[in-house]
Amino acid sequence: MMKALAREGRWIAISLGITFAVLVLSILALRQNPLTVFGLLAERLLLKPYGLGQMLYKATTLIFTGLGCALAFRCGLFNIGAEGQLYAGAFLMAVVAPHLPLPMILLIPACLAIAALGGGLWGLVPGWLKAKRGAHEVITTMMMNFIALALTNYLISAHFHEPETIHTAELPVAAYLPQLPMESSAVNASLFVAIALAFAVHYFLWSTPLGFELRAVGSNPTAAKTSGVPVDMRIFLILVLSGCLSGLAGINFILGYKHYFEQGFASGAGFMGIAVALVAKNYPIGVIFSALLFAFLSQAGLTVQSVIPRELFEILQGLVILVVVICQNKYGGAE
Amino acid sequence: MITFLLQGLRISGPYVLAALAGVFSETGGVVNIALEGILLNGALAAVLAAYWTGSPWLGVLAGVLAGVAAAGIHAFAALRYKVDQVISGLAVNFLVAGLSRFLLKLVFNSTSNSARVEGLAPWAGVDPFLVLTVLIVIASHWTIKRTVFGLRLRAVGEHPRAAETLGIKVLRMRLWGVLISGALAGLGGAWLSLDQHQFTDAMSGGRGYIALAAVIIGKWTPLGAAAAALFFGFAEASQIILQTYGLRVPTQFVQMIPYALTLAAVAGLIGRSRPPAADGIPYSDEQD
Repeated sequence: MMKALAREGRWIAISLGITFAVLVLSILALRQNPLTVFGLLAERLLLKPYGLGQMLYKATTLIFTGLGCALAFRCGLFNIGAEGQLYAGAFLMAVVAPHLPLPMILLIPACLAIAALGGGLWGLVPGWLKAKRGAHEVITTMMMNFIALALTNYLISAHFHEPETIHTAELPVAAYLPQLPMESSAVNASLFVAIALAFAVHYFLWSTPLGFELRAVGSNPTAAKTSGVPVDMRIFLILVLSGCLSGLAGINFILGYKHYFEQGFASGAGFMGIAVALVAKNYPIGVIFSALLFAFLSQAGLTVQSVIPRELFEILQGLVILVVVICQNKYGGAE
Repeated sequence: MITFLLQGLRISGPYVLAALAGVFSETGGVVNIALEGILLNGALAAVLAAYWTGSPWLGVLAGVLAGVAAAGIHAFAALRYKVDQVISGLAVNFLVAGLSRFLLKLVFNSTSNSARVEGLAPWAGVDPFLVLTVLIVIASHWTIKRTVFGLRLRAVGEHPRAAETLGIKVLRMRLWGVLISGALAGLGGAWLSLDQHQFTDAMSGGRGYIALAAVIIGKWTPLGAAAAALFFGFAEASQIILQTYGLRVPTQFVQMIPYALTLAAVAGLIGRSRPPAADGIPYSDEQD
């Protein structure tokens, strides 16, 4: 861990430095005092339980989708379908869970399993198309995203919405994940699930034989094939597992916050997961920190919008991606 | 019937231009997921310029230039720094989405839409965008299939190493492909916003991605991609017409058509769809 940090320190420092410089210059260009803005950020975001809680809440969703993307990228597959997988998992969980007469201790694990299953199913189609028909996963996962959005949209409006609303029925109280005591912020126990999962993915990829095989498929498929790895089956498995991880992202909103599925409830979190994984160089533990960075930028805009337009921070999110990937290529050193 | 035809053409226009944009970029071997952001940037710049100068034609020019600028960022990251093309395309989309909202707030003090601007005056009753687009479709086909430029562009997309051996500057050709792509999609964006006389937040609405689908279904050829884009545009228009006659086809199913067809196409169910051999693979110029 420390060795990794030392190796990666250079590009991290340079890209954060550039982003920070752009932020300061933009604030000056808007005729505001950067110190006022940073003061506000410290006071209302980092030191106030509510602000910090909202940031952690946003980071939670991003850790799940970031892990989903990172797992696939690590194994050489460019799965950009986290958005669709998130919606598939969340929707399946939201419509099935209210019909399960289970006590809390069973219901919550069941919900997690259903969400993972839904996301996995959405990863299964591109997995099959890749393994059996050679169809490129960038195209298939992107198409599956839009199909998921349109399909859940249709199913909600035609069948599953509560009268007078655009969301599904509420889940039974036994499925609620506890909120964390940070004023009225939305952060909840999903955060711990996400962090535990990051360590689990790390362990799986680097300390189990199957994880080693999956990474081998990514770094050198020909060599993997020669040494007897069933590459097609492994490709299929990678895309399904990656889908399962992104599918779990919905628990943050549904089990931990609003307790129902609503169209567009996590809009963009799947796409942002791609950025989260890339900035973390597809290291599962790194995903936690990278998710915190993007959650910070997103919450920072809301925090200081009385002084500068919050849209400035949306630009910064795009800029961070670009600056980081360029700096990784330029200063990143060997893998 | 005539209204349906005109409606269909109007809706298809930006799709067709963005699909041609995709063909130019990918023929040269650069995947262009940034089309969505390029459309959006073109749409925004067109309205801003038309608003400030009062001339919709300057708006069109600004839209094209803004498209080239957004494509330039993609090219800079993908060609100069060999960033993965999908990543740099996505980064451009994020960047433009933020930028457009920022300027919407700064210039029009709104989170949703700009002020109204003048659209293009019709030429003898025909939308100038339509005329331009028809000409561009023909010119694109001719350029890619019949000119030396087109041959070189195809060469660097199919086999860059061989092209370089023949003295073609691979990265420079790829840069041209991406910049032309930016100009075309920027024009598509200008059509989108000037047609509605205003810019609205996120108005590209996934059209860039549908255009990519059209490129695949059209088998990476200008005429094929334009035809696929036309088909998607008319599917959207027919759904609006059906609704006015009280026939309700769920919107969402019409929205899914391009995506489902694309899945079928890449799965080999409706003829094999094969990209340029070196599409998406970064190239290192040895003399660089």
